[in-house]
Amino acid sequence: MIRQVAGTIFIFIGVGFDFLGVLGLIRLPDVYNRLQAATKCVTFGTAGLLLGVFILEGFTSFGFKALLGIAFVFLSSPVAAHAISRAAHRSRVPLAPETVVDMYKADRDAKS
Amino acid sequence: MKVIRWGTGLLILGALGYLNFFVLQAPLLVSLINVCLFSALFVLYRVVRGPSSADRIIAVDILGILIIGMLALLGRFYKQGFFMDIALIWALLSFIASLAFAKTLEGRRIDD
Repeated sequence: MIRQVAGTIFIFIGVGFDFLGVLGLIRLPDVYNRLQAATKCVTFGTAGLLLGVFILEGFTSFGFKALLGIAFVFLSSPVAAHAISRAAHRSRVPLAPETVVDMYKADRDAKS
Repeated sequence: MKVIRWGTGLLILGALGYLNFFVLQAPLLVSLINVCLFSALFVLYRVVRGPSSADRIIAVDILGILIIGMLALLGRFYKQGFFMDIALIWALLSFIASLAFAKTLEGRRIDD
């Protein structure tokens, strides 16, 4: 009973965070802002959803595969986000007009 | 103008949530899968109308992570284990595809 309730709550939190992250992907003004909101919220959302599925299933093969999925999403998603943002900055995607400071560009100008 | 836009958006979202969770006579997991599919529709909007190609890469990455969660819910609904295998393989391929897209956007070769 407690397992059912806890797993359902985790699945609800995960789906809600997925939806909020996608709303951030729609609404924010800039590539980097969109990347921040979407990656953070979708990583937490999907990890929470898989954790809920693991709690509901218990220690079966399905549950262990869900745990493996959590580990893989946590390992791979920040790496992909970092690579995409670095590539976007290097290919001169413009920042939002409200941007205050851009330290990475100053760094690269000082180095070259 | 801003109030009208926000009001229309919140009204549409509220109506869809009410229809999904209270009118539709379906199990709870089907409603949650519907929320994930609606988020995927938003992501496809960003894929079609992204100003730069970095937006499209981010959107495809987030779409892969959403599909992992949706496959976990589908496997929970149909009570079959092979959905989670598909989710793990999808996570792997999505990660590799994001890295390859980032390298191509930066202007380097894949094997660099």
